[in-house]
Amino acid sequence: MTATAVPARRPRRQGPARRPVPARRPGPDRRVREGLTGWGFVAPATVIVLGLSIFPAAWAFLLSLQEWNGFSVPEQVGFDNYREMAGDADLAAAAGHTLLYTALFVPASVLLGLGLAVALNRRIVLVGLYRTLIFLPFVVSAAATGILTTYLFNPQFGLVNNVLRVMGLPQQGWLEDPGQAMVVIAIMSLWGQAAFTTVIYLAALQDIPAELTEAAWVDGANRWQSFWHVTFPQLAPVTVFVGIWQTIQAIQLFDLVYTTTRGGPLGATETIVYYLWTSAFKDLEFGYASAVAYGLFAVTLAITIGVTVYSRRSTVGGLG
Amino acid sequence: MTVLASPRPASWSPSSIEEEPTPKRRRRTGWAHFVLVPVALLFAIPFVQMFLTSLTPESEINRFPPRFFPSELTLDGYVKLFRDTNVLLWTGNTVLVSLVAVVSHLALCSLAGYGFARLKFPGRSAGFLMILATIMIPTQLLMVPTYVMFARVGIIDTLAAAMVPWLASVFGIFLMRQFFLSLPAELEEAALLDGCSRWTTFWRIILPLARPALATLAIFTLLSSWNDLVWPLIAINDPSAFTLQLGITNFQGARRTDWSLLMASNVVATLPLILFFVFAQKQFIATMTFTGVKG
Repeated sequence: MTATAVPARRPRRQGPARRPVPARRPGPDRRVREGLTGWGFVAPATVIVLGLSIFPAAWAFLLSLQEWNGFSVPEQVGFDNYREMAGDADLAAAAGHTLLYTALFVPASVLLGLGLAVALNRRIVLVGLYRTLIFLPFVVSAAATGILTTYLFNPQFGLVNNVLRVMGLPQQGWLEDPGQAMVVIAIMSLWGQAAFTTVIYLAALQDIPAELTEAAWVDGANRWQSFWHVTFPQLAPVTVFVGIWQTIQAIQLFDLVYTTTRGGPLGATETIVYYLWTSAFKDLEFGYASAVAYGLFAVTLAITIGVTVYSRRSTVGGLG
Repeated sequence: MTVLASPRPASWSPSSIEEEPTPKRRRRTGWAHFVLVPVALLFAIPFVQMFLTSLTPESEINRFPPRFFPSELTLDGYVKLFRDTNVLLWTGNTVLVSLVAVVSHLALCSLAGYGFARLKFPGRSAGFLMILATIMIPTQLLMVPTYVMFARVGIIDTLAAAMVPWLASVFGIFLMRQFFLSLPAELEEAALLDGCSRWTTFWRIILPLARPALATLAIFTLLSSWNDLVWPLIAINDPSAFTLQLGITNFQGARRTDWSLLMASNVVATLPLILFFVFAQKQFIATMTFTGVKG
């Protein structure tokens, strides 16, 4: 390792830093050269990243002020698209479905991740196998998860209803029942993403000094007390982060809806992003879809800032 | 020069999960099995069903009452999949997209990460801040303008539309910058004094030390580009340019009841990543942890 990493010391060549000139300030042409070198390194990635984010984001705002189907001459309509959003019953329904999914998914994924991390964070036999099985769904795509969901929750021959039948419980409609479809999608999202919250909590648990829990044990705390009063408060910043992250993911749900119900049955799983996708690429309302996207952006930003500020304040209050 | 003995400084360690758990006083931990066994089994069931169903004769799938294990195993689903569909073409397309994504990510993000971490040039801070700020922009905001942009450039319905969004990413630039910041500056100073150019220093000295970070980045890019559905869905309607994910999603509508074929296609789309995960689990977990830590 050492031998390959360090080049053999060659006879000294004329290097700018070794020149016996006392002045430390580089000359103008050298500064130009340094600038060019620097930009040479960063320019390709910077151009791609900014060109595919800031530029289209600004363009999306211009589009949101237009009525345009992609072919005709765009018509400037000012803020009409945003006004239309306020009275759009379908959009309100989509927001309701998204909220339902968020309420189902976020608390469940945080609690499941916390529980699994606590269980996995110990030296027990088979812990490697448990970890592999629990993390494996993370690599499965939304397309594959969609097919699996449709199969497992099929009302006629699906495994889930079969288990219910064997246990003597009533059969359910699952994805075909407007009242249950979103629950099924939340369950399968949980299957696919539990690994993420678990990994984050595991890393956080291992940063907690062992002395803390040991002190609690010495003081006579039982297992539950030491977890609840010592470990859990240490995890608060991670919980805030995971909560925000999962909420943003939940608000942006699209893939799994597309690969299972396509918004059905009876529009019960039409989320905001699914609605946005439909207005843009089915109804070709590019302007209106862009306005909805900006609305979504604003909500996401508000949640992130709100939760961050609130948690900072409450943490400071708690410590002070 | 002893610094070189540890190419991965302690400050850059995205995960210590694989290492020994925090030493604790001996106590009973049996309860963990009562939680982990049912959860692990539940999590494994979809995989078992996927493999079994892909090997089940069509006649047994829709039977009532259904059975968990088929009476005989058959490769009919796979035969139909490879004979009657374009799945090989789509797999090739996805491999190509992921390959371009990973190579481009490794090259461009490590260059940019090094530049932002180590080089001094006007506009460095402003440029990096601007890149970081784009984390807040949700993909949904970019769908329509990017579609229009791709249409103007003429890459709609080509594989390029699936590749371009994965050429570089904020995550990649940020990850590589953090890594290079953690390397001691003496390394490159020695090389520069010896007369190496910035480029040679980067290529010969710095990049070989960056292997752990490059592995993390490669896994992130492979996983995201292989599984991506939204961009191909928006930009590609021509079946000959479908990616694997887009292709199997399309099956769902077209071959609604052909379950052994559907599950066989699922296995084809998922198995490479499953195998990769099993063999490179440590690196995967490091990647997932870093994805979270960046926030």
